[in-house]
Amino acid sequence: MSKAREVLLNPIFNDNPIALQILGICSALAVTTNLYPTLLMCLALTSVLCLSNLFVSIIRNHIPTNVRMIVQITLIASLVVLVDEVLKAYDYETSKTIGVFVALIVTNCIVMGRAEAYAMQNGPWLSFLDGLGNGLGYSLILIIVATIRELFGSGTLFGYEILILTQNGGWYLGNNYMVLSSSSFILIGLFIWFLRSWKVEQIEEPEFQVARNNLETKEAGTRV
Amino acid sequence: MNKNDTLLKTLFVGITLCLVCSIIISLTAVGLRDQQKLLKQKDQQSKILSSAGLLTDQKNIEELFMAIEERVINLDTGEYADSLDPKSFDGKKFESEDYSKDPLTSVQLSSDTDISSLKRRENFIKIYLYKENNNIKAVILPVRGLGLWGTLYGYLAIEPDLNTIIGLEYFSHKETPGLGAEVDNPRWKSKWRGKKIRSSSGEFKIEVIKGLVNLESPERRYQVDGLSGATITSRGVSNMLTFWLGELGYAKFLNKLKVEIENEEALNV
Repeated sequence: MSKAREVLLNPIFNDNPIALQILGICSALAVTTNLYPTLLMCLALTSVLCLSNLFVSIIRNHIPTNVRMIVQITLIASLVVLVDEVLKAYDYETSKTIGVFVALIVTNCIVMGRAEAYAMQNGPWLSFLDGLGNGLGYSLILIIVATIRELFGSGTLFGYEILILTQNGGWYLGNNYMVLSSSSFILIGLFIWFLRSWKVEQIEEPEFQVARNNLETKEAGTRV
Repeated sequence: MNKNDTLLKTLFVGITLCLVCSIIISLTAVGLRDQQKLLKQKDQQSKILSSAGLLTDQKNIEELFMAIEERVINLDTGEYADSLDPKSFDGKKFESEDYSKDPLTSVQLSSDTDISSLKRRENFIKIYLYKENNNIKAVILPVRGLGLWGTLYGYLAIEPDLNTIIGLEYFSHKETPGLGAEVDNPRWKSKWRGKKIRSSSGEFKIEVIKGLVNLESPERRYQVDGLSGATITSRGVSNMLTFWLGELGYAKFLNKLKVEIENEEALNV
């Protein structure tokens, strides 16, 4: 596999920012009730990630080490404002619901993490691809979570009725839990489980062993 | 020391970066302003339609909005202020926000009357009438007031009896998502339909109560379920209706309109 391909495709399954690096969970919980805003959010994050990686990489040789994080954040924040403005100009209704999460891309760990970990050391083209790859990895999980949540929570996909809800005279009783944010924790957890059963090398080494509950040592302890 | 880490270079990089970023952002903001304004206006129109239950087709908002008549009224006298053209009567954020700040076109509210923390109230405001065959079918009144984090802006639509609510729709607020922001929840909004503002003796009654409305209570016609976890927002909604439907709000206008509607009905009979 060529280097560029590897940089682009690795973050999708092998080094997924959400499933393996466990970054950027916050927005994954918040915007995934419906597919449409989720897609817009993915688009917003991916474009910010690509561009921030690109620009950080372009000026990486001139960034003073003392203020490198400030420089990165300034770039990221500017890009986020741009994306937010564009979103407001083209889809006002959705920007009202996800606007606050778009603004929070500034604090999304993936963007800062990739700028610091990759773009500061690599050339513009590879950094751009790394941003795109990580954006796609993020998008993949969000889209899966949003599909499940919208389908089972409100019986729709992109707002079109698939499972007709009982309150609309159908047979499907909507799962209210899927509408709540905490359900994404469970869905993301399940996704990580599937991914790690498929790609066993992602399983982390346990950091410690839980001690066996041994009655004898306990008694010995109390005697002392 | 690395050549990048000198004081001069640090300052240079920082200042250049800030300049470039701010120029780009300003250019985009200015360039997209008109487009954003257009969409915002469309959104506002859709909320006006939706408060009166007229939003039947998301795509043709402009066409549907043609059926709505815009009128400017004088809140002090309760009469139409036809000298002001409703089309050009337009504030920045809220329809008459600019008017409410200018001392010439607004009044200062005393602390005991200002239950919605508006500080000043404009003298002129734009309202909307929906007519079918020249008969008023819905009156849509802009309302605003403080919630928990900021001012909620919305539209209250009432039926021609001027006492039955058709709907309450907010188009801008800063309430907490999941708690106060549930004012946008269709299920909660649907609870407003058919509620009465005043009792038959004319006493002001409508309010958002804490908890659920007791379906057996005689007061249920005037009460709306509170939003759980959003006591202050719920109170804000109650206060804003009390203010805007009271003497300093639309009461004078509504009294005059009532006479007008009754006269017309008498003519038709």
